[in-house]
Amino acid sequence: MNRVDKVSRRGFLGTAIGAGALVLGVQINEAEGATPAWMPSVYLGIEPNGTAVIVAHRSEMGTGIRSVLPMVVADELEADWKKVRVEQAIGDTKYGSQNTDGSCSIRDFYDAMREAGATARLMLEQAAAKKWNVPSAECKGQNHFVVHSKSGKKAAYGELVKVASTLPVPKKADLRLKPESEFRYIGKELPTIDQADHTRGAGKFGIDAKMPGMLYASIERPPVYGAKLRSFDDAAVKGVKGVVRTATIEGFKPPHMFQALGGVAVLADSTWAAAQGRKKLKVEWDLGPNGSFDSAKEKAEILAKIKQPGKVVRNVGDVDKAFAGAGKVHEASYYVPLLSHAPMEPPAAVAEWRDGKVVTYAATQNPQAVQEAVAGAMGIKKEDVTCHVTLLGGGFGRKSKPDYVCEAAMLSKQVGKPVKVVWSREDDIKFDFYHANAGMYMKAALDAKGKPTAWLHRSVFPSIGSTFDASAEYGQEFEMGMGWVDLPYAIPNHRAENGAHKNHVRIGWMRAVAHIYHAFAIHSFVDELAAAANRDRVEYILDLLGPDRNVPIEPVGMKYWNNDQDQTKFPVDTARLKRVVQLVAEKSGWANKKPTKGRALGIAAHRSFLTYVAAVVEVEVDDRGRVTIPRVDIAVDAGQIINPERARSQIEGAAVFGTSLAMMGEITAADGRIVQSNFNNYPVARINEAPKVTHVHLVPSKAPAAGIGEPGVPPIAPAITSAIFAATGKRIRELPIRKTKLV
Amino acid sequence: MAIRLNVNGKPVSVDVPANMPLLWVLRDELEQCGTKFGCGAGLCGACTVHQDGVPVRSCVTPVSAVAGKSVTTIEGLSPNATHPLQQAWLEFDVPQCGYCQAGQIMTAAALLEKNPKPTDAEIDAAMDGNLCRCGTYIRIRKAIHRAAELTRAAKTNREE
Repeated sequence: MNRVDKVSRRGFLGTAIGAGALVLGVQINEAEGATPAWMPSVYLGIEPNGTAVIVAHRSEMGTGIRSVLPMVVADELEADWKKVRVEQAIGDTKYGSQNTDGSCSIRDFYDAMREAGATARLMLEQAAAKKWNVPSAECKGQNHFVVHSKSGKKAAYGELVKVASTLPVPKKADLRLKPESEFRYIGKELPTIDQADHTRGAGKFGIDAKMPGMLYASIERPPVYGAKLRSFDDAAVKGVKGVVRTATIEGFKPPHMFQALGGVAVLADSTWAAAQGRKKLKVEWDLGPNGSFDSAKEKAEILAKIKQPGKVVRNVGDVDKAFAGAGKVHEASYYVPLLSHAPMEPPAAVAEWRDGKVVTYAATQNPQAVQEAVAGAMGIKKEDVTCHVTLLGGGFGRKSKPDYVCEAAMLSKQVGKPVKVVWSREDDIKFDFYHANAGMYMKAALDAKGKPTAWLHRSVFPSIGSTFDASAEYGQEFEMGMGWVDLPYAIPNHRAENGAHKNHVRIGWMRAVAHIYHAFAIHSFVDELAAAANRDRVEYILDLLGPDRNVPIEPVGMKYWNNDQDQTKFPVDTARLKRVVQLVAEKSGWANKKPTKGRALGIAAHRSFLTYVAAVVEVEVDDRGRVTIPRVDIAVDAGQIINPERARSQIEGAAVFGTSLAMMGEITAADGRIVQSNFNNYPVARINEAPKVTHVHLVPSKAPAAGIGEPGVPPIAPAITSAIFAATGKRIRELPIRKTKLV
Repeated sequence: MAIRLNVNGKPVSVDVPANMPLLWVLRDELEQCGTKFGCGAGLCGACTVHQDGVPVRSCVTPVSAVAGKSVTTIEGLSPNATHPLQQAWLEFDVPQCGYCQAGQIMTAAALLEKNPKPTDAEIDAAMDGNLCRCGTYIRIRKAIHRAAELTRAAKTNREE
């Protein structure tokens, strides 16, 4: 088993097995002349020696998913985890969606993984029954053996593979799924498979992928969105030691989708030589209409648009009538800038074009999108693109968009060798699919207790839809459905309006997506209303949520996105949201920690990715206006949790991600060009800037599994500004917070 | 011109431009890929290695600057990944994506060499050049304290 494991590792990314070698256990074993594994499911094979080979078809970027879903299979299989080997799947539609984003891996595949494991277990039980000539109902899979308790007979799974592989695959209705009391791994805290590798530098990421004879590329891309290459002079490039040649990459045809941006590449025998050569390139561009794009002007434009009526996207009661008759009205505008994902590993891939086909090893959240995008770029069928998935050094949505893989493939075809593309940090910050900047205008009519009788919320932002439709001006159903049209409060009159706006850079989804700006505006506004009413914020939020109920969400002109889930299975349930508010208040000591000058708690509660989260953030603001975060408490109801340890780590990480975007994240543009370039001017939270302690409180739940990777992010920014207001009296309506002087 | 240095206890000779950063020599020439690229400007710490025991950012260290010197990378930190930090990292399940962790561990190892019992503030001061976008900082701090404990315990055992 060890030997197979080693070969498999080497074959995964090393040079021992040539380009195009497949990583699945089956092929590796065939290469060694061993009997192929029995594969009763696309997700699972068992080798004659008993090793269970479980296929991880989702990408690993730090959530633990490539361990946790296989643990579900192993549990139903009654596998001994020590006898399990996880193999990363290549891109293939037979696995179902491999698009690892939207916090949906468990939700979408929990049942399928259980069925895969249960199917194999039943077949092994049937094989044992046949062998022993006893009823199969009397045979039971138990920790990698089938046992017949009446006779005391016992057979290892490996011994049963040959017979099991001759049996028909049972129908779903015949499967016996384990009761919760028999779970071995589900709900437990088994360590994930990659941790030891990560402590010794052995994890293989996209940047570590190699193919024999490959060249390294460094690409000068159009400095402005939509700019076209006019001319270039590479005379000086060729004098750089190690440079092999230059090559051009054709620019995208709108819509840009996941196409390469285009540009001029320098190809060399090392990363460094390619980067040095690129510095000697002289390139002229036709900048096009976005050459004058200025993010400060755009912000002013967006803040003007939100004062005007927009397209109505949700309408309850009669807001205008309520405002006309209102005694007291409160209004505020909020703004969140463009943001960059900045995963620690920048986009990276190696690809080889050979005989009309492409093989790539890529740090990608979505290998099937790689197949489609590369096939589109090369004019081949997507089946002719083999995408091996490496570990991802962070993804956050950036690595769902495989433009960098297209670059590697397009260059490989031109130079006749495999090509590795690794973006520099400057490339990553300057050519991202940015998280949208957004302006939000809020207005409420208030009753005598300061509770809204009417609520108007206008949002204007460049839509992610512009990635797929160059003319898109309004938000997509999913952007509207992210914590905006699904406002859960008990307010009789409610209207949401969306104003039109065009994109001037590539806009993409980043961890928590449109929830980021909607949560910031909505919960900041709630905080303002509570303060105006001079009421305790926890009590005010609970009052606003109203009676326990499922809030039917009926937007105008679209269906409610709800993560593509039915509202009967995943309702907007105010009881669950109230529960996390109460839990976080209790755990954070809310009632006993009254604000003092310079130190206070803030709170926000938000449902996203079908998960209910409430965060209490404690801030300290010193006499020079510097903000630190001594403590964060987050209560999370994500339904059933498969691995509580990894769930907590995701929420801890979300608190840091949320702190980065709240405190310091901002991308700006001048003359069409992105101003920021690296972590000096696009800072992300460091150890001394991140929350000092984060306590995660998971609500035990038997509700269907919801999301974990993203839902921790949205409440952080408004909870921080809520705390800053309580500590200083300064109301922050624009992110990042560092732009506001607090003393 | 060949440049000689010692990497993880082994003498090596590389024929590369003198200004090529140590990071790319390790990764592209010597196939020691545990050391990661993050920024190329000494801003994120992902590329941290030890030069004669001192942590340096290999992405901004020209290979000529380490000619004749000893370089230790994550691959050479300990035999069989048994450094107390590596043990503590597993105990607290520190990594998420894992990409920055080699740099984190190398910086922390140099800290513990100098300061066997660091306070929170000393840990933060030593580690604030190492970014983790996944946000594993709380566990990093805990694991460094734990590794310090393990080191002290091992020392006490040896002395007894």
